[in-house]
Amino acid sequence: MRSTAVDGWQPSAIQLERESWRRRQATRSTAIAAASTLLVFGVVGALVVTSPGWERVHETYFNWDKAVDSFPAVAAGLWVNVKIMAISAVAIVIVSLTIAVMRTTRGPLAFPLRLLGTVYVDVFRGLPLLLVIFLLGFGGPALDLTGMPRSALFWGCASLVLSYSAYVAEVFRAGIESVHQSQRLAGRALGLTYAQTLRHVVLPQAWRRVLPALMNDLVSLQKDSGLIAVLGTVIDAIRAAQIETARDFNYTPYVVAGFLFICLTVPMARLTDWFARKQGFHAAGGML
Amino acid sequence: MSDPTANTVLEMSGVRKAFGSNVVLSGVDLTVGRGECVVLIGASGSGKSTLLRCANLLETVDDGVITFEGEDITDPRVDGDRVRSRMGLVFQAYNLFPHLSVLGNVTLALRKVQGVAPAEAESRGLAMLDRVGLAEKARARPDDLSGGQQQRVAIARALVANPQLMLLDEVTSALDPELVGEVLDLLSDLKGEGVTMVLNTHEMGFARDVADTVCFLHDGVVHETGTPAQVIDAPQQERTRAFLSRIRA
Repeated sequence: MRSTAVDGWQPSAIQLERESWRRRQATRSTAIAAASTLLVFGVVGALVVTSPGWERVHETYFNWDKAVDSFPAVAAGLWVNVKIMAISAVAIVIVSLTIAVMRTTRGPLAFPLRLLGTVYVDVFRGLPLLLVIFLLGFGGPALDLTGMPRSALFWGCASLVLSYSAYVAEVFRAGIESVHQSQRLAGRALGLTYAQTLRHVVLPQAWRRVLPALMNDLVSLQKDSGLIAVLGTVIDAIRAAQIETARDFNYTPYVVAGFLFICLTVPMARLTDWFARKQGFHAAGGML
Repeated sequence: MSDPTANTVLEMSGVRKAFGSNVVLSGVDLTVGRGECVVLIGASGSGKSTLLRCANLLETVDDGVITFEGEDITDPRVDGDRVRSRMGLVFQAYNLFPHLSVLGNVTLALRKVQGVAPAEAESRGLAMLDRVGLAEKARARPDDLSGGQQQRVAIARALVANPQLMLLDEVTSALDPELVGEVLDLLSDLKGEGVTMVLNTHEMGFARDVADTVCFLHDGVVHETGTPAQVIDAPQQERTRAFLSRIRA
């Protein structure tokens, strides 16, 4: 259990007995967990495999040859998703941080900023992402704006950025408002300006607090990057799977795409968990 | 197993607690009799708070035995929640629940842990608030009270379920000097009523008034113990003398 007897301490007999009891309890818990997991998965698996339609489902969704065939195209599409996600994430952080700062600025002079920020958040949080992608993805290029790209990829990313920024701005705002007023006062007392206090005192603390929530949104963004497939011209993993499926109406490419998305999001989710735990640990170490 | 007439409420023997390589308690022996008030003194970091948290099972000891009401509570088979429900712990920073009213804070454990009916919990809570002089604040939020009032609410919250033992961790350290008195007065009253208490404090004058036994913690052990007259006024150990002269300076 520990080996840090810096002062030459040897556990007493009663302590050794306690530790061995705790170890037995841990072993027992692990055994129960393993047995119940096996049981649940076994029952569910048996139900699926013995169902009358299993043969057809197996052939249509889990065809190994079809999976191998479609894998290169779907994987290439997934790389497009990764790029969409990375570029959008950077833009989302910039836009949402701006909106959050606008919404938390005080004083009557900043009223238009607050109003603008609030309207933005209300509108883009209210609109379904799919609708934004349809509207901007087809409407954006049709505007024929000079200097603006007309690619569906650009306008699809823009839709993701607009929609996600509204959510992420609220996360940032919650973080900014969670920093106690006394921190701002202490910053201003040192002679920092409002902006400097925000930049050097409030935002660094807010950022740390909301990072787990932000990473949750990032996982979500990874998946939602697939929605751009509806525009038809961006060959991401989902669109690639759609094309592969259309050849012979075997749906295995969709399963391949789903599998690849999970492979992408699971490490991100574990990273988020790890980070949240780390943050929680630090918070618990505080005075309260 | 548990003999309620026994005169010893809490007994620690050879209690050890280390955080990584930092050995905070290296073998604490301590006995608390029924109705006794034990005051722990010692430098910052000498393990006073850790000792209280170990007694409350908020920390798991690395070795040694703590007996509460005749039961070895350091046994891992013991249900810590049940043990804690019979002890009261008051924190330095009050730790009141900001989303509940004062009365809600005081009655929470009665309602949710002891299973007392809401009406009875309320009347007991109000009686306890009256006891600490805050009956008129029952519906207020903790944030609307002064530090001294908040700490009295925290004491009421810990006391309302009639614990066998009250543990008080630096309960006046976060208070303004003029608010310290009201809390110390309340503790003196409790002592007069025969409440068994273990507390740590830097208020030597108060320790002298209220303590039956003073324990000086140093190097992870109880370095010197005795009546206030022995330990505070005529310390035998060099370390105790050095500590007392430092805080008096």
